[in-house]
Amino acid sequence: MRRIAPALLLLCLPLGGCQHWQSVLNARGPAASTLAHMFWIFVSVLATVWVLTMIALLLALRRRRPEDADPLATNPTTERRMTITISVAIGLTLLTVISLTGLSYAAQKVLFAHKDGALTLLVTGQQWWWKITYEDSQPNRVFTTANEIHIPVGEPVLIKLESSDVIHSFWVPSLTGKMDAITGRQNQIQIQADRPGIYRGQCAEYCGLQHAHMGLIVVAESKEDFERWREQQISSAIPPGDEERQRGMEIFMSKPCIMCHQIRGTDAGGKIAPDLTHVGSRRYIAAGTLETTRGNIAAWIVDPHGVKPGVNMPTIQLEPDEVQPLASYLEGLK
Amino acid sequence: MRQLLILSLSVLALAACEREDREYRANPVTSETEEKIALSPLSAGPSGPTEQRSGLGQQYEENAYHIAQGKRLYIWFNCNGCHAHGGGDSGPPLLDDRWIYGGQIENIVQTIREGRPNGMPSFRGKVPDDQIWQIAAYVRSMGRNVPKPAAPGRNDDMHPGPAEQRRPPGEVMDGGQIPPAAQMPQ
Ligand code: HEC
Ligand code: HEC
Ligand SMILES: [Cu+2]
Repeated sequence: MRRIAPALLLLCLPLGGCQHWQSVLNARGPAASTLAHMFWIFVSVLATVWVLTMIALLLALRRRRPEDADPLATNPTTERRMTITISVAIGLTLLTVISLTGLSYAAQKVLFAHKDGALTLLVTGQQWWWKITYEDSQPNRVFTTANEIHIPVGEPVLIKLESSDVIHSFWVPSLTGKMDAITGRQNQIQIQADRPGIYRGQCAEYCGLQHAHMGLIVVAESKEDFERWREQQISSAIPPGDEERQRGMEIFMSKPCIMCHQIRGTDAGGKIAPDLTHVGSRRYIAAGTLETTRGNIAAWIVDPHGVKPGVNMPTIQLEPDEVQPLASYLEGLK
Repeated sequence: MRQLLILSLSVLALAACEREDREYRANPVTSETEEKIALSPLSAGPSGPTEQRSGLGQQYEENAYHIAQGKRLYIWFNCNGCHAHGGGDSGPPLLDDRWIYGGQIENIVQTIREGRPNGMPSFRGKVPDDQIWQIAAYVRSMGRNVPKPAAPGRNDDMHPGPAEQRRPPGEVMDGGQIPPAAQMPQ
């Protein structure tokens, strides 16, 4: 007992990890709930089967054959009992397999059911971040952001998945199952959050060096908050108000940054890296790797390969006194 | 004793395992590399053209990682807008062996960094130096001027026929659909 108690306690510890913002067991949307139900049904049925089998095995091990029994001798009553037991066992096995299969199909119907929603996003997986475009029938209301999706609570949102280089997989465990993003193809998946909150997602298909640092977050909020956020993201960047940020902007515009990054409302028009128009309003930079603070932005710009070795942003030579204005300019792009 | 010998010999063999060095992090303080290869001698007379190499070019040319990055950047910085994929368009072709400004990697770096008078823009200050070297290494690989094992493969969309792993467009199915971009090239 002395040994078993701590061992049991240790076994229970990992369960503590399940209550988090990135957990299949912490389901917060219809698709994820279906998956979580399936998980628990499978676990309980299979655990029961396992326990019963183990009990039967132990009983068989304990009950010994009489010493002088003739193995070929048959006894009609035992024979009959055996036939019945085995038929029941086979019947139960078939029943289990068939009902679990049926259940899986039923779950798939729910998972792939298409509900009409007002919102469609195009999410493009790139090594190693997510480009997110909010589509709209009015071209001037279309906008692009990175690594942070906002959705209104309780509404189905259609996500179109594409990839620009290799295969990635979109996975927000608390909201949906996985769906691959494949080059030259468009896959679709719907997500819906039933409760407000912040859910973390992760690329789930190995895609190269920084696969582990290719996260995204989904912020589910009330309709009003969402609309406010959307209006703010549609707008162009507000020109810097103070001198330091003004200088930061000039530095940004004179460096290679503009070849890759876009800041709407300025001359920076690069389309191959995250749109920085409102980078300061996002919770994380570098695909969920660092929190958006001035210090982290500075650290990232000075040495992106120290944070994500092999990332597709080059180390750019900056004078020591250029870092602070640049970081504060970017941090201020709310 | 024999076993020990065999064991230590096989451990020794591990020393031969070598992976290509990938240098992700360019030195943040070095400024531009200064290679000079003049195309013709500056002064009249029999002296040969000046050459001043640092060996950096070779490092880039023999490194599969650098060449592959160069391939990515070639598209990102829109070189293909003027040179197509090496075949030439408004800019001269890059995969043949005829060079206006020299075909050594140092010449190409110079071309990209400084630009050339008849319409080749200068990328100085727009592209960091190490990336210019990567692009130049890729340009060299177009004409098969780099070691074969280091050269990147050709993109799917550049093959004359559809790539082997590319299936004909499938039926539209639940959870997926095929955009026009994925349809087979004619
Ligand atoms: C060659 C293209 C390129 C250049 C040049 C470049 N970047 Fe980037 N940048 C990237 C890529 C790619 C990412 C995404 C990295 C990732 O998360 O994997 C990125 C990410 C960032 C981010 C984080 C954005 C986010 O939301 O995650 C910031 C901030 C940033 N870059 C600032 C700069 C600044 C400032 C410069 C100029 C000094 C610059 N970049 C130059 C390609 C570039
Ligand atoms: C606006 C169009 C344009 C773009 C963009 C462009 N080039 Fe050029 N390039 C030209 C033209 C035109 C020439 C010929 C210049 C001359 O003859 O003086 C040229 C010349 C060159 C040469 C010299 C060829 C020779 O025969 O010596 C190289 C190498 C080259 N370009 C590489 C590149 C690379 C690499 C990029 C991308 C970073 C690029 N170019 C982007 C138009 C362009
Ligand atoms: Cu990945």
